[in-house]
Amino acid sequence: MAEAKTADATASETLLRVEDLRTWFHTFSGTVKAVDGVSFSVKRGEIMGLVGESGGGKSVVGFSILGLIDPPGKIESGVIEFNGENLKDAGDARLRDIRGRDIAMVFQDPMTSLNPLHTVGEQMDEMLRLHTDMDASQRHARCVEVLEDVGISRAADRLKAYPHQFSGGMRQRVVIAIAMLAQPKLVIADEPTTALDVTIQAQILKLMRRQIRDNGASMILVTHDLAVVSEMADHITVLYCGKVVERGPTDDVIRRPSHPYTRGLIDSIPNPAHRTARLKQIPGAVPDIRKLPKGCNFQDRCPRVGAVCRESEPPLVATGARAHACHFPLKEGETQ
Amino acid sequence: MLGYTIKRLLQMIFVLWIVSVIVFLMMSFTGDPVFMVIPIDSTQAEIDQARRILGLDRSLFEQYLVFMNGMLQGDFGRSYVYRQPAMDLILERLPATMEIVVVAMIFAALVAIPLGVYAGANPNRTASRAIMSGSLLGISLPSFWVGMMLIFLLAVQWQIFPSSGRGDTVEFMGLKLSVLTLDGWYHIILPSLTLSLATMAIILRITRAGMMEVMRQDYMKFARAKGVSRRGVLYGHGLRNALIPVVTIFGLQLGDLIAFATITETIFAWPGLGKLLIDSIYRADRPVIVVYLMLVAFIFVVINFIVDMVYTWIDPRITVK
Repeated sequence: MAEAKTADATASETLLRVEDLRTWFHTFSGTVKAVDGVSFSVKRGEIMGLVGESGGGKSVVGFSILGLIDPPGKIESGVIEFNGENLKDAGDARLRDIRGRDIAMVFQDPMTSLNPLHTVGEQMDEMLRLHTDMDASQRHARCVEVLEDVGISRAADRLKAYPHQFSGGMRQRVVIAIAMLAQPKLVIADEPTTALDVTIQAQILKLMRRQIRDNGASMILVTHDLAVVSEMADHITVLYCGKVVERGPTDDVIRRPSHPYTRGLIDSIPNPAHRTARLKQIPGAVPDIRKLPKGCNFQDRCPRVGAVCRESEPPLVATGARAHACHFPLKEGETQ
Repeated sequence: MLGYTIKRLLQMIFVLWIVSVIVFLMMSFTGDPVFMVIPIDSTQAEIDQARRILGLDRSLFEQYLVFMNGMLQGDFGRSYVYRQPAMDLILERLPATMEIVVVAMIFAALVAIPLGVYAGANPNRTASRAIMSGSLLGISLPSFWVGMMLIFLLAVQWQIFPSSGRGDTVEFMGLKLSVLTLDGWYHIILPSLTLSLATMAIILRITRAGMMEVMRQDYMKFARAKGVSRRGVLYGHGLRNALIPVVTIFGLQLGDLIAFATITETIFAWPGLGKLLIDSIYRADRPVIVVYLMLVAFIFVVINFIVDMVYTWIDPRITVK
């Protein structure tokens, strides 16, 4: 019963525990196992980075947590334990309560995530109407407060404006404000800065981190940008083809990655100190997720591939805070 | 906004003027109405006299000036057949037509929009497929056949509804209305249903297409992530975004129904504009036809203006300039 004991001890500090989550899409051309056995957990007050290339199933993880998977997609199995409650088995009414109030989302493209026909004020007010008992004037006051908090001046006036009257960066601030309104315990941010100008990205990230810390919330930061994650996240989970290939504390993983895929991602970040060196890249592309090879999914792009990699899939092996799924993990300081 | 409204009003007047010229010319080229109003055995002197009384002996241009002058004063001449002002005839019949048209449009919208939203939001369900097949029937069945079938089944076989006439009417603000009496409603239902089927099918299909497009948008998912109920997402966030083409078609259909209620009115012996028009065409009752055409043009122009106003109300990104 050693396992039960540890679970007890961490229950209070673990906010979200995802265990062996499988979300599959049943399409005409075959089953897409977008998320296939993913496990991770998020502690209270922690920022967890979910990293991987496009098509790696990162966004699907976020939507699965909130039960926002539409047919042909389906959560096949797994546990999504949030605050001690398994969301996978929660009914739709319960999930609606949780969405927005306990778990909020920030989407990738602020140009499209706000409804163009409702004022910013209406869209903010809706969140409070759904999840709080505040009366109209209290809601208005709260909207103004949060909007000012995310750095929008003349907030009371701006509430009457429509999304198209804001710039992209400003809209993402509005989206973040909406997410923070009901003081959620967890924010799932799906590529929150990808669609923004580079100059705005740092501002928005800083804003998000401050908002999360000030509210004592946790965050899952879904991104393909390892540079962003290394600045923001406490822990990293690296996904490849719907599976976790590596996870651990951010600094540790960045300094000494175990999985060749993580190594590749790190190497492909431009380094200003080596301006003249040619930027490294991971050869090849993510394989067709409907026709995954036997063995390790990364075999065709891996510099360390061996015979065993083509035969059996490496299991996720945990050592301390770290875990990796590789037959030939990198040793400390080793480059590939 | 005021400037825009004035500009639109001037445009409307211009359009109506053009229509009046076309209507006048067409009327002048389509035969001599004198022969329709005098006895067959009239002498030449009687014919000439009739011509003079009707003003048909003057030049075309003079006739047009008289016509325009009268129109500006609201006088479209007297019906050759009924010997009363043509405008009065039309206005007497207009409420009857407006009644079945408005009831038909409301009925169409109430049925088509919820079904369209449902079919657009759940395109793969069997119910949605059934709705779409049904709408195809609505478009392809001719209204005269539908009307006759309704009479056959509901009026003759089961005798639930009456097959013709307006039923009891009540005078309201000088207009005779059937919608204010229960018996009137019994009479309205069948013609309105007949009239609404095609419109219902079209609005349903447009709503569905719009919703399918809207369902893919991020803001729909964002609304769901906020915890909005499915109904709230579909109607509060989705429908309004799908509504612009629906309103366009709604406006066009409304004008269409007013103008082309003729067949339905004939089948149900509904004493509306359509029947008056058909009778007037048979008898070459020129003033009545002219008033009718001008009225329909006027209604179309006004509906268009209202539709444009509704656009700006639906979508704040559309501004009037």
